[in-house]
Amino acid sequence: MTAVNPYNKNLDDRRATFIEYPQAVPLAFAIDPKVCIGCGLCENICLAKAVRYADRIKESALRVGAVILSSGSEGYDPSGLDYFGYGRSPNVVTSEEFERILSASGPYRGHVMRPLDREEPRRIAWIQCVGSRDTNRCGNGYCSSVCCMYAIKEAMIAKEHIHGDLDCTIFNMDIRTFGKDYEKYYLRARDKEGVQFVKARIHTVDPIAETGDLAVRYVDESGAIREEIFSMVVLSVGLQIPRASVALAGQLGIELNKYNFVATDPFLPVTTSRPGIYTCGVFQGPKDIPSSITEASAAACAAGRDLAAARGTETRSIEIPDEIDVSGETPRIGVFVCNCGINIGGIVKVQEVQDYAATLPNVVYTDQNLFTCSQDTQDKIKDKIKAHRLNRVVVAACTPKTHEPMFQETLQACGINKYLFEMANIRNQNSWIHSNDPPAATRKAKDLVRAAVARAGTLHPLEEKKISVIPRALVVGGGVAGMNAALGLANQGFEAVLVEKEEKLGGLANRLTHTIEGADVGAYVDDLIRKVNDHPKIQVQTQSLIVGFTGFKGNFSTEVLVGPGMYERKIAHGAVVLATGAREYQPKEYGYGEDPRVVTQLELGARLAEKGAGDLNEVVMIQCVGSRNEENPNCSRICCQSAIKNALHIKAENPDANVYVLYRDIRTYGLLEDYYTEARAKGVLFFRYSPERPPEVVAGEAGVAVTFEDPILGRRLQVSADLLALSAGMVAEDTEELGSIMKLARNAEGYFMEAHVKLRPVEMATEGVFVCGTAHSPKLLSETIAQAYAAASRATTFLSQSEMTLSAVVAQVDADKCASCLVCVRSCPYGVPRINAEGVSEIDPALCHGCGICAGECPAKAIELNWYEDDQLLCKVEALLEGVL
Amino acid sequence: MRLNYPTNVKIIRVPCTGKVDTIHILRAFEKGADGVCVIGCMEGDCHYNSGNFRARKRVEQASHLLEQIGIGGERVKMFNLSSGEGPRFAQYAVEMTERVTALGPNPIKLARKRAAA
Repeated sequence: MTAVNPYNKNLDDRRATFIEYPQAVPLAFAIDPKVCIGCGLCENICLAKAVRYADRIKESALRVGAVILSSGSEGYDPSGLDYFGYGRSPNVVTSEEFERILSASGPYRGHVMRPLDREEPRRIAWIQCVGSRDTNRCGNGYCSSVCCMYAIKEAMIAKEHIHGDLDCTIFNMDIRTFGKDYEKYYLRARDKEGVQFVKARIHTVDPIAETGDLAVRYVDESGAIREEIFSMVVLSVGLQIPRASVALAGQLGIELNKYNFVATDPFLPVTTSRPGIYTCGVFQGPKDIPSSITEASAAACAAGRDLAAARGTETRSIEIPDEIDVSGETPRIGVFVCNCGINIGGIVKVQEVQDYAATLPNVVYTDQNLFTCSQDTQDKIKDKIKAHRLNRVVVAACTPKTHEPMFQETLQACGINKYLFEMANIRNQNSWIHSNDPPAATRKAKDLVRAAVARAGTLHPLEEKKISVIPRALVVGGGVAGMNAALGLANQGFEAVLVEKEEKLGGLANRLTHTIEGADVGAYVDDLIRKVNDHPKIQVQTQSLIVGFTGFKGNFSTEVLVGPGMYERKIAHGAVVLATGAREYQPKEYGYGEDPRVVTQLELGARLAEKGAGDLNEVVMIQCVGSRNEENPNCSRICCQSAIKNALHIKAENPDANVYVLYRDIRTYGLLEDYYTEARAKGVLFFRYSPERPPEVVAGEAGVAVTFEDPILGRRLQVSADLLALSAGMVAEDTEELGSIMKLARNAEGYFMEAHVKLRPVEMATEGVFVCGTAHSPKLLSETIAQAYAAASRATTFLSQSEMTLSAVVAQVDADKCASCLVCVRSCPYGVPRINAEGVSEIDPALCHGCGICAGECPAKAIELNWYEDDQLLCKVEALLEGVL
Repeated sequence: MRLNYPTNVKIIRVPCTGKVDTIHILRAFEKGADGVCVIGCMEGDCHYNSGNFRARKRVEQASHLLEQIGIGGERVKMFNLSSGEGPRFAQYAVEMTERVTALGPNPIKLARKRAAA
């Protein structure tokens, strides 16, 4: 039976029995009850008897100490917006549908085609803000935060997939590439890959019946109506909260805001209105993957605080018998060949493979199983290991990626070292892909088993070292990020040493007055400082300077010079949280520093708090000062909202004042868009300027004369301002020395680099070191707080283990062969090898990541990577090619 | 995904292509392989930061040596793909098989045959 495949957005079909998508966890089949006719075929054919038609949804009750809501979002359905042509032409697709079209596992296998006629498109238009920033038709007044980046990404990938000419045009109101290094990606798309960006409002998209093309009518920036023809249109649909999540929130008694996102306080970004219930991801507010992952860890930290007392109370440990010493014994290899039901057995002659295995050197026992991974087979394997005194085991079955750890446990349960194991993948790499040629598949299965047996014979036991973990963290930087990270750790029961180079805690937040939501930053910071100083598990060291750093994950030692007396202190700790922060850029532009009427947004904020806005009648603000330029190509993320916050403040106190904001793109992402809408409603005037023709500023006696161009009127305007506020960007604190002492990577702009931009946003590449706040990239206070919790949470996963088991797959140096040539020192991506006191290379197993790059590079072949030694790889090469010559 | 590709392609697992040594590649040819692919992460997206760049250099070096000794530098090739790109893997496996088929058998094999005859 076939069914429409919702995973590929209904663009293709799947079976009624299906795996949802290739990366699904668990990777198991399900039956679609809507299409199943109950014929019983699958139940009869399933050898494992895994099909149960009678399975129903079961209700179970769990007793928990905390709840985290992370039910996410759904893409906006544009069916209601008829003028976009969605539903009228199959060649108008949503961005989610286009995402599947681009995907290798999508309906067209990654070949970019338009749905109507499966033709390769020549021109594709993206229409931004469909279901976002739209209070008129859909009521979603917020910005979805992610669509600008994904549209650029889709355009870039489409260009890559279509090798010929492909024109990509992104119609937008503002391009909002505000994340870390996102602006660089935008510039690459625009300047190098030729993606067009057009500022426009779309009037209609009309299908052209004869060609399947689409006529896009839009109003350009000058107000003129234009029309262009495209082969395909992609609607960049926004994120919205599904009805089911709204119902769930209702059931739980959680407050939502007017757009159905969970209502949170700017200083408690993951805390819901109900104690003990936390939230993260898009349910909290529109955000991208790195922010969602960060927030997920933050929610775990908040929940971990509630659960701290119960930590470790419900864990179970596995008893592992002492290892039998098999070194020096001749290999006695057991080979277990799997039928995997009919997955292997239906194609490969398993009996033949088993008989063949028995003829191979050192093989003393062979067997075959219907399912080698089943629990009863594990018991059987254990019996056979003991009965035949097996000291090496080969399983010929599926992929080690999913099953190796399980079989290794079986070995360990018999006292056999887990590295005396090898798998031959005769399913994924054989029977599945060679089903059209069973005899060849059987031959290949034998080849693979022969190679596995050859390698098994060369394996020797490896020892996994255990290291103790010092349950204390060093937090570098005492701003809002550092203080929250320290509290996050301390409230979960771990010690934190907070070192701050200044005399006073608080960092950049000391200069802030209110958040855009109106929350009092001063009161918050004072409260935070009090909590940190009063916490018995936190030691605060101000006026401190880090001068030395050694050790590895779980066991670091940091040398600090403390106080005006610069007395030396050594701190032993298991983890590091970097929270060194950023500061406001000191502009060189627009007469700043020469005329007191030219100020930064932070200075304006302080002035408004102090003196109000009664005397301000004409205020001009210039955006992107010290951001998005050659010196600092990135967007500073926070300045648009700073300007709007101050503009609203002025308008509230002095409604007759004229406030002009000169901008390039307004980037009030997420729920901040509401404040932009409010500012426009209150009469704040916004004018776009191009970086090629920036505003001109001349400070005179009567006022600061600012001349700029209005793209709508097409004329130059001049305002004589009482005050000119420059939206100065953010600059990372100077951490060059710290970075070199701690050997930590920073990007070109001096922000610390995370281990993975998307998947590991608070971890550094050096294990045990975490980063948060503006040391990572410019961000708002609420985002800083979330990331600080996240860093604390990730550090906790380290510190909560009393000891850590290190993988034995690390590089080892044979000191006798080492010529101290430094090739390993230079080639290691993690800077691990060093020349020791004996003058030879030494690789610390606690720091080694096990990639084997040094082993590959070493000209003296003095380095071997455990478990992948040259002999162990070469014997496989030779075994696979046996009989070829 | 169960995508078909020729049975003559057999996989040896390494933690990173950075571990693949020139000698590993050369040994395969010495033992009669007709072609070798080194398959790593996308450039710039190496799980271990820079391993695939090292591998690319070594593949180039191996290719150069193979060319010089008359086996043919085109018989070894580096491919880059991400773990989610099964179809691309299958495509590369087919491409490599076609390339090697067009080149004919490893000259060492032919030399051995001639010596035996």
